Amino acid sequence: MNLDFSPEDLAFRDEVRAFIADNYPPELAGKAEEGREIGREDFLKWHRILAERGGWSAPGWPVDYGGAGFTPVQRYLFGEEMARADTIPVLPFGINMVGPVIYTFGTPEQKARWLPPTLNGEIFWCQGYSEPGAGSDLASLKCKAVRDGEDYVVNGQKTWTTLAQHADWIFCLVRTDPDAKAQEGISFLLIDMRTPGITVRPIITLGGEHEVNEVWFEDVRVPVANRIHEENKGWTCAKFLLAHERTGIAGVARSKRGVEKLKRIADTEVSLGAPLSSDPIFVRKMAELEIDLLALEYTELRTLARESSGEGPGPESSLLKIKGTEIQQRITELAMEAVGPYAQANFRSLGGDNQPPVGPDYAARVGPTYFNMRKTSIYGGSNEIQRNIIAKLVLGL
Amino acid sequence: MDFAFSEDQGLLRDSLAAYLSDRYDFDSRRKAAAQAPGWRPGVWKAFAEELGILGAPFPEALGGLGGGAEANMIVMEALGEHLVLEPYLETVVLSGGLLERIGGEAAETLIGQIVSGEAVVVLAYAEPSSRYDLDAVHTAAWREEDGWRLDGHKAVVAAAPWATHLLVTARAEGEGGEFHGESLFLVAANGEGVSLRDYATMDGRRAAEVTLEDAPATLLGEEGGALPHLEAAVDAATAAACAEAVGLMRRMHRETVEYARQRRQFGRAIGEFQVIQHRLVDMFMAVEQAVSMTYLATLSLGEEPAARARAVSAAKARVGKSIREVGQGAVQIHGGIGMTDELALGWRFKRATAIEQLFGDTEYHLRRFERSGAGVPEPGAAAAAASAPTAAAAPTAATP
Repeated sequence: MNLDFSPEDLAFRDEVRAFIADNYPPELAGKAEEGREIGREDFLKWHRILAERGGWSAPGWPVDYGGAGFTPVQRYLFGEEMARADTIPVLPFGINMVGPVIYTFGTPEQKARWLPPTLNGEIFWCQGYSEPGAGSDLASLKCKAVRDGEDYVVNGQKTWTTLAQHADWIFCLVRTDPDAKAQEGISFLLIDMRTPGITVRPIITLGGEHEVNEVWFEDVRVPVANRIHEENKGWTCAKFLLAHERTGIAGVARSKRGVEKLKRIADTEVSLGAPLSSDPIFVRKMAELEIDLLALEYTELRTLARESSGEGPGPESSLLKIKGTEIQQRITELAMEAVGPYAQANFRSLGGDNQPPVGPDYAARVGPTYFNMRKTSIYGGSNEIQRNIIAKLVLGL
Repeated sequence: MDFAFSEDQGLLRDSLAAYLSDRYDFDSRRKAAAQAPGWRPGVWKAFAEELGILGAPFPEALGGLGGGAEANMIVMEALGEHLVLEPYLETVVLSGGLLERIGGEAAETLIGQIVSGEAVVVLAYAEPSSRYDLDAVHTAAWREEDGWRLDGHKAVVAAAPWATHLLVTARAEGEGGEFHGESLFLVAANGEGVSLRDYATMDGRRAAEVTLEDAPATLLGEEGGALPHLEAAVDAATAAACAEAVGLMRRMHRETVEYARQRRQFGRAIGEFQVIQHRLVDMFMAVEQAVSMTYLATLSLGEEPAARARAVSAAKARVGKSIREVGQGAVQIHGGIGMTDELALGWRFKRATAIEQLFGDTEYHLRRFERSGAGVPEPGAAAAAASAPTAAAAPTAATP
């Protein structure tokens, strides 16, 4: 047993750190932190820069498909460095979700058609899974695809579709056999968002953001060639994808960054005549948070080590999701406490942004972020569902 | 001991509830909040003229209904239940309560104007670095030949953009540049030397940063003597804010139970799952504890300062914890739909969260509770003396 990274791993970390320092576009620096809107081109710009560096846009993809082919430990360090530099994240929809489904289940033609543009940041993907009546119970989805010659005709609605307003393509779970048992009549379709019959409607969430959308399909014709894997075998892809979605969902590196920001706020805010960072009660809350985060980090490292020795991510990843999101939410609670009354001043106001910020600059986002981060215990399989998974698959209950 | 409403109190509650149910739907609230001025003066007029609630707590001699703190509690719970934007808390409870304690002709005249709806009076006491402390006041007051002048910056003054008058706390400089205690001053909201930077707050209401530059002002009450009155008025407003939170939480809880009955996943209502049931039960207990503590705080407002502070801080700390538990639980059980701006639920959660911080967050009040050495009123001591209010004799799930 040994807690240290190898010299090779540390050298890799330095290489990544230097690459980000030299190549991250200055105009994107601080954009996320300051709460400015990150647009489609912002996401793709950084994605493309990483892609040009030997497939670093796709750290986990095999080299054969143009990915970086990082080991699990390298992936971890890479994510850590991206968060440390506070870069815009590479969006998961193409790289972590549909990409692995395509290279695992797709035909050679499908791989050739979709993998390179996904890797290179030419396609902006979104995910068509949840429906109004199918959330935690995803397999009850109703959006249907009926075969008509060489096309499917798709009708129905998806919801909570993150960044669909920017997307070129959507990967969808659709019902192709209404008579089969829930999981057995589902297929996995790739749909061009420009196809006639698709409507995207924004959903504004609690913090005032436009992140998610409803996507409506009305007689949308999708070539059968856009179906990944066999007809009615889409649930296999879905399960595979959900397992991939959960790795990295712990968000350890981003949470570490959140803790640092919180400490800076606590150094600045003065409560009862002294900086909040010298207040024993606040310090103790921070200590509890940091210890929880450390416990999560080493739990994730143990998972990585198992993965490195060839065992795939198991249902333990549900633990990472639950604890990771609880910590993300806790950070936002403590940020509200640290900032105090100026958290009341919304950063967005009366039809525009409050510029310059009303209170200290770090105060402008804490309210919206507290509200927005409530989503983390709901999305990606709610934390209740994750507990069910652990009870069933880990504990055998 | 009696936790039942008197006939008058029942009438107040029912008439306000009837008005709000008929005339204060969420859609109009949303529209009002989204555009200038961010509230509805017509609703305020109706509060004054149709319902008469703007005088609910004040003595009859001042044109009020004589309902005291209990009336404020009843009104605020109803306003919370209906997510009302209008500044009853700021104008009637906080400013009105402070003016009543300060006394004198000018203050009493202003109370009369509050009751009639002519004056919207808002108290500006917090400053950029004061956080929740009432005595950390740097705004300067000095006397010129023709009267007082003020200089300073008041922070996050809720409802100030709607105000006709501002009450401002400031310190008068002594000859040696020493500070005396806080005094209370009156300025016109659009007066000379007074400027406001208006903005929306997290709950969709409005606040302002108030800058005073050589602003002419009228001293209210005794010079240097405002702090004890301010503390009492803020305690009364804190108890009232707890009542608003109770209204919000009861509503969030009720809506969430209803949603759990209707929402089906895995072939059954999600309310059939034990994990959901237990969370809803925990939320229910959190609401009931908040209700109890709100009664305790409201009925302790007449106690001597240390006992009053202890009861109010105990209530605010407990209510603050309940707000998180109920608000976060309500969003979680609603799932994605609970995250949307479209549903009233999210706005209830946001208003409740604003109250969580208002007049001191949970941590602030835990410490204030610790510091105030006096005992919490023992059961029977405070409540028996007053002809006590309130909704339910025993907690029941069906409590409105």
